[in-house]
Amino acid sequence: MTRRVLILGAASGIAQNVSRCFAAEHARLFLVARDSEKLRALADDLKIRGAASVETCEADLTDDSSFPLIISKSAAVWGGLDAALIAHGTLPDQLSMENDPALLRNSIEVNYVSAVSLLMQLGKVFEDQRSGVLAIIGSVAGDRGRRSNYVYGSAKAGLATFVAGLRLRLATANVQVVLIKPGWISTPMTAHLRQNFLFASPEQTGREVYKAMISPRAVVYCPWYWKWIMGFIRFIPEPIFARLNL
Amino acid sequence: MSAMKPHESWGRYPKSEPARIVELSWISQVPDLNRLPHPILPYGKGRSYGDCCLNNGGTLLDVSGLDRFIRFDPETGLLRCEAGVTLQTILELIVPANWFLPVTPGTQFVTVGGAIANDVHGKNHHRAGSFGCHLQRLELLRSDRGKVMCSRECNRELFDATIGGLGLTGLILWAEFQLKRICGPLIDCEKIRFETLEEFFELSAASDKEYEYTVAWLDCMSSGSKRCRGIFMRGNHSIILIKNSGRSRAIPALRAFHTPTSLIRRPIIRAFNWMYLHTQWHQRTRSTVHYEKFFYPLDRVADWNRFYGRRGFLQYQFVVPYERRESVTEILGLLAESREVCSLAILKVFGDIESPGLLSFPRPGVTLTLDLPFQGESTLHLCEQFDQVVREYRGAVYPAKDARMSAKSFQRYFPRWTEFSSFIDPSFGSDFWRRVAIPLTVSQ
Repeated sequence: MTRRVLILGAASGIAQNVSRCFAAEHARLFLVARDSEKLRALADDLKIRGAASVETCEADLTDDSSFPLIISKSAAVWGGLDAALIAHGTLPDQLSMENDPALLRNSIEVNYVSAVSLLMQLGKVFEDQRSGVLAIIGSVAGDRGRRSNYVYGSAKAGLATFVAGLRLRLATANVQVVLIKPGWISTPMTAHLRQNFLFASPEQTGREVYKAMISPRAVVYCPWYWKWIMGFIRFIPEPIFARLNL
Repeated sequence: MSAMKPHESWGRYPKSEPARIVELSWISQVPDLNRLPHPILPYGKGRSYGDCCLNNGGTLLDVSGLDRFIRFDPETGLLRCEAGVTLQTILELIVPANWFLPVTPGTQFVTVGGAIANDVHGKNHHRAGSFGCHLQRLELLRSDRGKVMCSRECNRELFDATIGGLGLTGLILWAEFQLKRICGPLIDCEKIRFETLEEFFELSAASDKEYEYTVAWLDCMSSGSKRCRGIFMRGNHSIILIKNSGRSRAIPALRAFHTPTSLIRRPIIRAFNWMYLHTQWHQRTRSTVHYEKFFYPLDRVADWNRFYGRRGFLQYQFVVPYERRESVTEILGLLAESREVCSLAILKVFGDIESPGLLSFPRPGVTLTLDLPFQGESTLHLCEQFDQVVREYRGAVYPAKDARMSAKSFQRYFPRWTEFSSFIDPSFGSDFWRRVAIPLTVSQ
């Protein structure tokens, strides 16, 4: 069986590595990203790496008016979809967002509003075909608000709650919804942070997201140790947590 | 576990700190080279042993994100890919399609850009020459000329300078090269014990006609008359057809972990060499092995360079003309007299296929590679003694492995360096180049 996979935000480091895993099993890929040159480079690479076919669509995923067209096109081209990954996102500097309302709004729109809107519309398509896997990239930052990135964290927390509800709704239609919570990843998004041993590579994260999509689970921390780290962090009482410089 | 590797050289000597590291991910989105702190140097996977991949106080352009294939024709075996694609990634793609790299060094963890910039060679040099001999085309990004397409037909001189050009002629964005047809992933391999250097040269001369790959491992820590015993390895691509299987992932031994002092000690190396020599029980053994086992035995231990501790190690690789092969004995004599430890010694006879590169290292003759744990002044002094011999015999030392040769030595080994200098991008530079490309006074 060749899977038909929709990748939204295909130029991101994680998405690119997930696409490569799907290409290796000769899947068909429908890539959506903003930049046409990047899309062309991705399509050439993925075809050589084994993808049965690659379709691309240039779109700005902060603009939800384009969503119906993207979704109908991707669902129509191969007569259905087996999996979809929503991987676009932004991680602006927390301090800049505290001082720039436009940046703050934009970050919520990209990380929450556009993701939720896509999930809702894709959910309908998957519900109608009564099969498929919907995967979305959340973050460990959504597990507890911290002073260093609570705006980003709150968008991802909202997303997690939304996904939990959507999962229950779609379960009756045999559609699985997977929330992936990566920890720190060394990508251009985190290039300004100091890297330590907890950082995972986009290759490793991509492989784990791929695995989570072919054998779906509700929530996947990746790498696995973040489940325990975040379990511990959530458990710290507020007075103590306030004293930690996290 | 940790993904972010420090931008150091493989020998981890000398230490060097770039002012800025710029990670490149897209060919369509490269930064303006004129806006970056100068000097600039491309950096791949940090597999160069010495300082030709280091740029103290400058900018390193990390190309490992430029890792996409651009074009591959399974019928003709012509491959075009971005500069940061590793040979491992290429092999994973091409071996199942019955193609192989025209030339491969002893590790598959190097990038295509690095293979070009150092004009790497392999066990088949006597048949295929160096990597640059198979390069068809590449695109450079230069601070003064923008994007420049180079091949044997257009911009020939810049093309030749870029082969073995140590990354100084501009940033290689992508390259196109010709692959070689094979039947499957296996190698028919033969190992033969030898006791003297003369035996090695006889074996080598006899094998180079019938075997595509030849190389020898030397037991460099044994002393006396048995000094040159070792194992000669030769092989051909096997015609046995099996599925591409039996590959193993590298043991992630020392990721994010430093051994504080070197584990490479004289008794340990002695014991290892003795074991390695005596696992070869018969004079001659034949086997059919997976290509990874034949070409990349050290790749199975990730980050093996960390075994040498914080001080790192030097690799000394030189070539001398075949007629002057007695200098190998002389160098091994100097090594035996010194108190230095040599953890690995590899011997190979180069063929006479010339590379187009201006600064290319491989040339007809005998090449010996020695791994030396860095023990301070004494190690440097020994290498300088080696250099005296190599200079005298009109040989050369490999820049990709060097961290210490003098400007005088370099300019003797690579007389075309002044011609090469005119092709260097005005904004580019490296620790290596600043060390060796200085005008010498008459007295030197």
